[in-house]
Amino acid sequence: MIGKLLCLVLLLPAQALAQGFAGLGTDAEGFAVPTPNPAFDFPQDHAAHPDYRIEWWYLTANLTGPDGTAYGVQWTLFRSALAPETRGGWADPQVWFAHAAVTTPDQHLVAERIARGGVGQAGVTSQPFEAWIDDWQMAGSSFDDLTLTARGNAFAYDLELAANGPLVFHGDNGFSVKSAQGQASYYYSQPYYEVSGTLTLPQGDVPVTGAAWLDREWSSQPLADTQSGWDWFSLSFDTGDKLMGFLLREDEGASFSSATWIEADGTTTSYADGAFAAQPLEWSEVAGRDVPSRWAVQLPDKGINVTVDVLNPKAWMALSIPYWEGPVTVQGSHTGRGYLEMTGYE
Amino acid sequence: MTLTALTALLSHWRCNGLQFFAMVAGLALATALWSGVQAINSEARASYDAAAATLGEGQFDQLLPRSGDRIDQSTYIALRRAGLQISPVIEGRLRTEEGGIRLVGLDPLTAPGTIAPVGMQEDANLDDFLIRGVLFAAPDVAVALDGAVSQRIITDPSVAPGVALTDIGVAQALLDADNQLSRLIIATAQPMGLPDLGTVAPDLIRQPAQDAGADRLTDSFHLNLTAFGFLSFAVGIFIVHGTISLAFEQRRSMVRTLRALGVPLTTLIGLMISELIVFAVLAGGIGVALGYVIAAVLLPNVAATLQGLYGASVSGTLQLRPEWWVSGMAIAVLGTGFAASGALWKIAKMPLLASARPRAWAVASGETARRLGLVAVTLFLVGGGIAIWGQGLTLAFVLLACLLIGAALILPLLLRSAVTLADSRARSAMWQWFWADTRQQVPGMSLALMALLLATAANVGVSTMVSSFRVTFVDFLDQRLAPELFIRIEDPSQSPYVEAILLSEAQDVLPLLSAETEIAGVPTELFGVRVGPTYRENWLFLDETEDVWDRVETGSAAVVSEQFARRAGLWIEDPVIVAPGLTLPIAAIVADYGNPLGQALISEPLFRSLYPDIQPLSFGVRTSDPTALRNTLTDAHGLPESAITDQSRIKAFSLGVFERTFTVTGALNVLTLAVAAFAILMSLLTLASIRVPQLAPAWALGLTRRTLGQLELLRAVVLAMVTTVLAIPLGLMLAWVLLSYVNVEAFGWKLPLYLFPSHYALLTLFALLAAALAALWPAIRLARTPPSDLLKVFANDR
Amino acid sequence: MVLIVQDVTKSFPSAEGSVPVLRGVSLSLGRGETLALTGESGSGKSTLLHLIGGLDRADTGSITVDGREVTTMNDTDRAALRRSDVGVIFQQFNLIPSLTVEANIGFQARLAGAFDAGHAQQLSKALGLTEHLNKYPEALSGGQQQRVAIARTLTARPKLVLADEPTGNLDEATASEVLGQMLRLVRETGAALLMVTHSSSVARRMERHVHLSQGHVV
Repeated sequence: MIGKLLCLVLLLPAQALAQGFAGLGTDAEGFAVPTPNPAFDFPQDHAAHPDYRIEWWYLTANLTGPDGTAYGVQWTLFRSALAPETRGGWADPQVWFAHAAVTTPDQHLVAERIARGGVGQAGVTSQPFEAWIDDWQMAGSSFDDLTLTARGNAFAYDLELAANGPLVFHGDNGFSVKSAQGQASYYYSQPYYEVSGTLTLPQGDVPVTGAAWLDREWSSQPLADTQSGWDWFSLSFDTGDKLMGFLLREDEGASFSSATWIEADGTTTSYADGAFAAQPLEWSEVAGRDVPSRWAVQLPDKGINVTVDVLNPKAWMALSIPYWEGPVTVQGSHTGRGYLEMTGYE
Repeated sequence: MTLTALTALLSHWRCNGLQFFAMVAGLALATALWSGVQAINSEARASYDAAAATLGEGQFDQLLPRSGDRIDQSTYIALRRAGLQISPVIEGRLRTEEGGIRLVGLDPLTAPGTIAPVGMQEDANLDDFLIRGVLFAAPDVAVALDGAVSQRIITDPSVAPGVALTDIGVAQALLDADNQLSRLIIATAQPMGLPDLGTVAPDLIRQPAQDAGADRLTDSFHLNLTAFGFLSFAVGIFIVHGTISLAFEQRRSMVRTLRALGVPLTTLIGLMISELIVFAVLAGGIGVALGYVIAAVLLPNVAATLQGLYGASVSGTLQLRPEWWVSGMAIAVLGTGFAASGALWKIAKMPLLASARPRAWAVASGETARRLGLVAVTLFLVGGGIAIWGQGLTLAFVLLACLLIGAALILPLLLRSAVTLADSRARSAMWQWFWADTRQQVPGMSLALMALLLATAANVGVSTMVSSFRVTFVDFLDQRLAPELFIRIEDPSQSPYVEAILLSEAQDVLPLLSAETEIAGVPTELFGVRVGPTYRENWLFLDETEDVWDRVETGSAAVVSEQFARRAGLWIEDPVIVAPGLTLPIAAIVADYGNPLGQALISEPLFRSLYPDIQPLSFGVRTSDPTALRNTLTDAHGLPESAITDQSRIKAFSLGVFERTFTVTGALNVLTLAVAAFAILMSLLTLASIRVPQLAPAWALGLTRRTLGQLELLRAVVLAMVTTVLAIPLGLMLAWVLLSYVNVEAFGWKLPLYLFPSHYALLTLFALLAAALAALWPAIRLARTPPSDLLKVFANDR
Repeated sequence: MVLIVQDVTKSFPSAEGSVPVLRGVSLSLGRGETLALTGESGSGKSTLLHLIGGLDRADTGSITVDGREVTTMNDTDRAALRRSDVGVIFQQFNLIPSLTVEANIGFQARLAGAFDAGHAQQLSKALGLTEHLNKYPEALSGGQQQRVAIARTLTARPKLVLADEPTGNLDEATASEVLGQMLRLVRETGAALLMVTHSSSVARRMERHVHLSQGHVV
């Protein structure tokens, strides 16, 4: 029963995957729609945009323990609006939910939270920056200097993030097209966080250091209703260059790709559909389905021809909306590490 | 060769369509009855599991305000931001023209997973619930709410009585309680490394989850249904056995011919087994589908039964659960296998050259009847032995099986004896012929009559059991729920204050002091009660001495529960050490259905002298107007709504539930009888063809066909009458075993057996009616047999 | 020789111990020969027929049908022998009541996998059954039913036909007519015929005659 309700909340306001993964292909009626040539206004734009249907603060981190063990951390706050407005108290139509995960080579621990806006249980403010739900928090004096916490039944983490590079804007100055029909979102990242802190795992505390990448995206109808899922890569090469690329899979087997090449100094090159390519090489069974565990990724324009291997094929987010999210390593023309998200694998 | 042989085997069914129909229909009906009962049973279980409590109030720990009855919403937010997984609840009284309604507001986003706040239906979506506001309520409450609130009202029978459910924000607005909460439900699983609850919420008190106590009653209800399923299966298996044996008997000569023409025995047996499996699967499929229909028709009642009494929410639609699908098919195939194994064995052992004359359903020629009777007596002896010396639930069921199978097996012998007795008293030639002819029919009708015997006995047994349960339960409710209102408080320091309020407002106040202890090695709740008219007038005992309450009041005796008495091996007048240094005789034994703990009652002064530190946390309150008193207590004295239970209402509701249980049992009873009637019809129709040669001489000697038809009808009724008369004592023994034996073994308490003679009379009438209806068609057919067919018997042309 | 019986004995158990029925019987039958086996009730003539047909087992001695030893065959092989090499015609006809006359006629041949529609048609015609082909056996008179049984046996072209009082259930005129048809058709198919009968008039119409008395050939 409550499961049914949760589905309703999380798939809001869609009813089924027929309208794209997690209802993201739903019609935008009543909500604001992203338009080209955006003019961002910071720090206000780090906070919520309640007149858009869906929005997220999506942080992934590649971390290393004292013994060299690789870890992955995810912290995501979603905002899903039932109506394009805010109201005080329980009547607020803004529903917040969050996912947190820690991935080790042989473990994948996840937790989720859900809350209504309006009563103080969850929200995002810009000055000082604070994004929170219950005791999970990403907060700091500025967007460049943050503390990140989350806690599940079997894990917790407490990390310090310090940015050492500029914000990066995807697509056309932050206007990121998601389909040939013109669906789009506002999309920027802060891929330059240096991280240090502590993971609390069932076997004890682990001090970690590493790098994190924060994605900010909001839209009202980011997917076409024929798009059933996506494969999203954020790769940091040892050269200091970074690559964000994604494939949006269409129902009929076609796909729509987009990529941003980020040089060490923050200079970006955006690529339209077709420049970036990725093919699954190996599959692993997880949660009763097959999900790719090794990819071939190419961006010929920058001489990228690499193999991407997942750290732990079992990094399945068994939550109200299930998907795969976990750390990866890169081999081939370039080496490095990064994060991979795969959705819509049934 | 195989194909040719198969064609011959199958051609039998083409020429004997009625037999084919009887076999498939018999199997299908048996499966239907079985799977129908199973479906109801498993659906009821699943529903109960799915929603153990409508509000989940009992199954989760909760945080309540240490003082007052409201928690500030900021406290909730602070606790959430400290990481606690809790969910807010606001409740209060909503005034309507029809009276007060308890309004409960929940937050569906944070409510723990197994709470079922509302039966969310297709026409209510989250937008409605969270933003526009929707109230869910049982039909009577929904009517009362109409016009009192502007929100949409959705009728949902799974909501607890007297309660309306809605979103927390809507409830706060309706109750004029912005930013206020009543209590916080604590999720079972909490994140790691949380701060101690006492330090983050010093003003709240944690109330542990309560055992609703209903599971045991539900278990008892399910056990009754399981027993019924067992009985219906026994009825079904007799029908299947009958039809299968018939089909094999009639093909004996064909089997012999086929073997003489060179079909190997193994091929033949293999073909017949495959044939049976195909039929079993076909009939099983039809049966499961039929069972689904039966369950679907009966389910609303079952659902309502469970929803009401056990607070379980049941979805209105029946799911085709794989477990009873599979079990239904398995029963059909295994039942067929069981029924056919004997027939196949006979075929395999049949000498190739033996006479292959078909015999009808012949289980009970004189010799066989005596042999079966001997087996039956053995079974009765084994059953008697178990009843006297046996222990354990399995043996209790074995006893049940001995009784049932024994009764079925002894039936042919008893029928023969009854007919022989009648024969010896017959005066006219016609009646002599009638009784002799009837005796000849007994073997052919035996299996059908066994089915009728079991069906009727099951009827008598189950309805006696359910009625006894009901009578007992009504008494129990009268006794335990005599006070109209029941007040439960959490904080012992408030006890004297609450008692003072109650004394000032109510007619009579019955404080209940309790302590968990161990008496005579049994974990026991010891109660201190204020002996007064309520106890003296309402309490019934299973066994008692004189002046029970006088003795208890003066502190010179104790009352103990049946569970305690049975487990401690004590009974009335036995001394029991209630506490170190205090030994009291047992003045009476009281029934306490469904309680795993023992209970012992002593007087309030005696209890206070034993446990001076314990304050009463529960109070029974007598009043003529529970609603008014309740409102006074909450409005004028600030007692929280959740502390007050309206027992008169619970009582009325529980009684309503038993009425519905009755409806279901009644419907299943009718079905079982219908199946038995079908068995009689089929055996009579099958016999009819063999009957012609037997009736022709009687016709030739001057009996009209009409008289012959009437006699056929009479014969069926007479045989059914004897069977039914035998079924009543069998049914009563069945009920006795279930109530005094199975229930004691399963739950530790015994239900008294009550008799309902008028019901049995009505049942006998129904059974006879069923038999007469079943016999009517064959009798009419017989009365219309063309004389030429009768004449053929005398033509020795062949 | 189609059939050779040598020193066959057979006893049946009874309350008074084992009762010998055949006490060392020998006989033989050539291709196309007809032989009447007579004897009073209990002389063992039906028992001998059953042993030859593999319907029962001999205690000692040897029975070969078309050169194959019957006494040592297992159940399956004896069933196969009955399907294709031996035809049995019973006093009780033993037709399959739920199959039509036509299906009954072709039944044994079909079991043996040797059905020949033309042959079946020819036999039906010869036995006067053509107009009854679509009827069920119960609609036929006794004589007609036995003709169906004869047709069923001969359609399968057995090398040896065993008949156990085939006309015992028929009135005299019908019996004579059916017997005549049977002998003629058996001769036409070239099968050997061993017929058990208690009637000396029937026995006289056969080429050879063996009389059994108290388990011995006399």
